[in-house]
Amino acid sequence: MQITVNGQTQDLSIKDNTLLIDVIRDQLQLTGTHSGCDTTQCGCCTVLMDKVAVKSCTVLARQAEGTSIQTIEGLAKDHLHPVQEAFSEEHGLQCGYCTPGMIMSTVYLLQTHPNPTDEQIKEGLAGNICRCTGYVNIIKAVKSAAKKMQETQV
Amino acid sequence: MNPFQYHIADRATNAKEIFSQHENAKFLSGGMTLLPSMKHGLIQPDHLIDLSRISDLQGIKDNPEYLSIGATTKHQEVAASEIVQRSIPGLAYLASQIGDPQVRARGTIGGSLANNDPAADYPAGALALNARMVTDRREIAAENFFTGFYSTALEEGEVITQIQFAKPLKSAYAKCKQSASGYALAGVFIAVFPNQEIRVAVTGVGAGVFRWAEAEQAFLNGQFKPNLQRDDLISDLHAPSEYRVNMAQVLFKKAAQQIQNN
Repeated sequence: MQITVNGQTQDLSIKDNTLLIDVIRDQLQLTGTHSGCDTTQCGCCTVLMDKVAVKSCTVLARQAEGTSIQTIEGLAKDHLHPVQEAFSEEHGLQCGYCTPGMIMSTVYLLQTHPNPTDEQIKEGLAGNICRCTGYVNIIKAVKSAAKKMQETQV
Repeated sequence: MNPFQYHIADRATNAKEIFSQHENAKFLSGGMTLLPSMKHGLIQPDHLIDLSRISDLQGIKDNPEYLSIGATTKHQEVAASEIVQRSIPGLAYLASQIGDPQVRARGTIGGSLANNDPAADYPAGALALNARMVTDRREIAAENFFTGFYSTALEEGEVITQIQFAKPLKSAYAKCKQSASGYALAGVFIAVFPNQEIRVAVTGVGAGVFRWAEAEQAFLNGQFKPNLQRDDLISDLHAPSEYRVNMAQVLFKKAAQQIQNN
């Protein structure tokens, strides 16, 4: 099957019961996407599939056939992506395990809500669980990222 | 997950053919319930037939008498649809309250209805809005569709193709979420129709969605604390039945006030 990951088209031979996350981590060695709960709850495995945030532990690789996937590794070009920068500067992480998923969900949220309210951020990140920081700095990081992205667009 | 063979259907009739040619097959759309159930070994199909690439099953269409939603339309699409927001705002709101953003990006209305989880949101909307489930072989009224705990009137291999919702004058949904899963500990949908018929449906409280006759009467009388008595109340580690019943009463009042204020 064919799948595009971070702009590169990949021809893969997989079993039908392979999950998208296993293709990303095991076959393509993109281990920035994390497996947390494996039950569609924690959001650590969030990637963008045709620009929409999905939990890659609950998508069959075959369901993603022909789509374009973006993982955390695909965000930074020459510099960190503004959302990555903001999470770093605002200390929006502690152990960092949930961070790739938080960042991918934030990228998706900011596509539709470029200037989100606290309520919209909470709703937008409702599918991502952090067990260390207590979310306060994560919300700060999302706001800072929104500001950065609006400034770069101007 | 146990091994299985994955098939892509390109038309509803083709899905039916593939189903009839294989033993122990299941239909797959968003997979938000099916795939976790397979991971847990609760179901172990040998064949999965993916319906999500059938274009006829997707999309929202406005008709003079009803709103039609394709079975594989995703929760996010229903929540964001201007057509749904305009003609059945309670349904758009309901869709926006399912799970979380990633789940709403994959999960589908047909999948939710066919699964008939006793704590799912859509069954409450479908029953209150007097929906018709159109399948590859017939139409089934919501009254006859939901037959109890995770069960529906769908026959083996029958595929929902679209859901037709009667357009109410007013609609509202109120829900108390189980915070980890986002499923309803209680959810109440109220629909008021042009002929003054009031329909109230409740999810999360009984072994399956049900209409709440006392609440329908109470709405007409302007009373906001209807009695709720059933012998199939849910009581589990998330909430005892007394809590769910009390929440249903609270949510009924909330939804009723929302309808009266609009």
